[in-house]
Amino acid sequence: MSVAESTAPVAGGFWKDTGKTGIKSWIFSTDHKRIGMLYLYSVLGFFLVGAFLGLLIRLELIAPGATIVTAQTYNALFTVHGVVMIFLFIIPGIPASFGNLIMPIQIGARDVAFPRLNLFSWWLYAIGALIVLVSLFTGGGPPDTGWTFYVPFSARTGTNVSLAVLGVFVLGFSSILTGINFVTTIHRLRAEGMTWTRIPLFTWSLYATAWVQILATPIIAITLVLVAAERLLGLGLFDPGRGGDPIMFQHMFWIYSHPAVYIMILPAMGVISDIIPVFSRKPIFGYKMIAFSSLAIAAAGSAVWGHHMYTSGMSDLAVLIFSFLTFIVAIPSAIKVFNWVSTLYKGSISLEAPMLFALSFILLFSIGGLSGLILGAAATDIHVHDTHFVVGHFHFVMFGGTGFAFFGAAHYWLPKFYARRYREKPAIFGWLLMFAGFVVLYLSMQVLGMQGMPRRYYDYLPEFTQLNVVATVASWVMMTGVVVVVWNLWRGLFKGEPFTGNPWGGATLEWSIPTPPPTENFEEEPVVTHGPYDFKGAGVA
Amino acid sequence: MSHVHRDDFGAKLGMWLFLFTELLLFGGLFILYSVYLARYPQQFSSGGHQLDLVLGTTNTVVLLTSSLFAAMSVTAIKRGERRRTLMLLSGTVGCALIFLFIKYLEWSAKIEHGIFPNSPKLVAGAPGESVFFGLYYLTTGLHAIHVIVGGILIGWIGALVYRGSVHERDNVSLENVTLYWHLVDLVWIFIFPLYYLIL
Repeated sequence: MSVAESTAPVAGGFWKDTGKTGIKSWIFSTDHKRIGMLYLYSVLGFFLVGAFLGLLIRLELIAPGATIVTAQTYNALFTVHGVVMIFLFIIPGIPASFGNLIMPIQIGARDVAFPRLNLFSWWLYAIGALIVLVSLFTGGGPPDTGWTFYVPFSARTGTNVSLAVLGVFVLGFSSILTGINFVTTIHRLRAEGMTWTRIPLFTWSLYATAWVQILATPIIAITLVLVAAERLLGLGLFDPGRGGDPIMFQHMFWIYSHPAVYIMILPAMGVISDIIPVFSRKPIFGYKMIAFSSLAIAAAGSAVWGHHMYTSGMSDLAVLIFSFLTFIVAIPSAIKVFNWVSTLYKGSISLEAPMLFALSFILLFSIGGLSGLILGAAATDIHVHDTHFVVGHFHFVMFGGTGFAFFGAAHYWLPKFYARRYREKPAIFGWLLMFAGFVVLYLSMQVLGMQGMPRRYYDYLPEFTQLNVVATVASWVMMTGVVVVVWNLWRGLFKGEPFTGNPWGGATLEWSIPTPPPTENFEEEPVVTHGPYDFKGAGVA
Repeated sequence: MSHVHRDDFGAKLGMWLFLFTELLLFGGLFILYSVYLARYPQQFSSGGHQLDLVLGTTNTVVLLTSSLFAAMSVTAIKRGERRRTLMLLSGTVGCALIFLFIKYLEWSAKIEHGIFPNSPKLVAGAPGESVFFGLYYLTTGLHAIHVIVGGILIGWIGALVYRGSVHERDNVSLENVTLYWHLVDLVWIFIFPLYYLIL
């Protein structure tokens, strides 16, 4: 398939209609779509960097003992892999990129409530990312503490932890400002007729996410300030020799970092809630419950941080309470899964690329979620704590969940912005490689963990070799899939076949406007007369 | 852009959300305070008695006065009294400077007595004492940074009032800056009893 340049549609819309071009029209633009694109390419770039580091970790673990790097480099590898993936890819990933691109259009707004603040958030993200990158090559070298920066090691290691936590602090500020912007936008800028029960579920999930960003992120900010103060001033607040308590660091760290996993997963659930009904040709089942469960996850998820600390020496009563609360969070998550499956039931399912990513999300997220319950139960957690089982678990929810949703969103929404589309067959082929490699890779890790292989160890016992080889080879298959998917998207969006109108048949507002969207989004202020999944009302059924 | 969008309510909503984040930022330090107070009540008590109650009380009065000026400046700008607004904002900045000067006196007195983070005296002393003064310096230091930022914001908004771009019909930015200033005041209202009064 080749498309001649001359027959291609002129990419108009917000790309051209301001008459401005060049780098300045992007990095100083306050248009939510341009900022969304800035975020999209930034987070995608860091995803590829993080994935490459992950490949190196797997390659090192292909055999016991030293393979390709030294132990110190290995420590730096898993630390930087974690920091890049969590703070630079997955937390800003879907909300800041697709949230910025889609959310204002979905509620019928011209832009977010604070467009300049929105641009400032991206700048803070860029500055924070730069600081993190600089920390890798200056001072005592890249941090080697793990992304969790646990004291007392983080207070004493000679590597460049101070600069890295400063970078993460700035990134947190960026995340807070995006959250404030989104909550205000959703409250104040909904179009006429866009009642709370007509808000698309993707936007609902962003609303819940934004609250978590606002309420949880300040805690990591102060915790990172404390780590920096330990290092630079010798404050001693976490130093047991001076009366401090390192467990308090763990509490404060997880008071943010557990809710943060909902910052990562909730927008992904929103993506899935928007894709499933469109490709099932059926209104979503249980709209109100899905919307409500986002808020329930955000609320309940704020009270379960202690389940990261069962082996830390907390009191047994605290362990019991946190374990109970952890099981509570599973309920709203299960509500979502059941509602998605019910939507599929008797639907006219069309297995196109976005749908394949969405369906694999349901499966992988369910496996990840259920293995989370094994970790949430104190008795079983003691056995698998800090093993590869945990690594497998959170990759199932974070990569199998949010990562797959990110690519699902890219296949679903990006053609709308580029007015061109990717080729279907390579997309499906790439998805298949990703999916197959993924399952083998992370299931092997979970089995290894069950057998007792600790996480973050440089060396391992010879009996773990076989499964480690399997996992490493699977990581190559998965990465090949990622490369195929990204290459196919890239090629398709710039040179692919034209994409106009509403070929998927979506009923949300973004499908009612020209392709690509003009800078003003809507020619006149829309009046909403139907729900987000009312395909008959939208005239597409 | 086709139309200028103005939403004063939305602007204030955004500011309030930001104030929540500030409360939680200090909230982390208050959590540490409560945990360590329960663990080292005696050392916290002796540490608290070493703080200067007169200077602390003076600073509380100064900061409350500055907040009064800030609140009055909002009423003044809504009545269109530009000169009075500027005078009240100057009063707020003046109070902020007095507050910082007194804070400087307090800190330097402590440092002279060998009480500062990682000082030989604290390292050799009882564990709880080092924790108390560590928290004291961090909390009051973070608060002082907020006083400085707030003072700069008030100065900036004063310049906007002087230039006439903030006036009786468009003053939500002044209101937001004073909201921030009240937060700085409010946080101190919690710091003061916790460190100077109850111990």
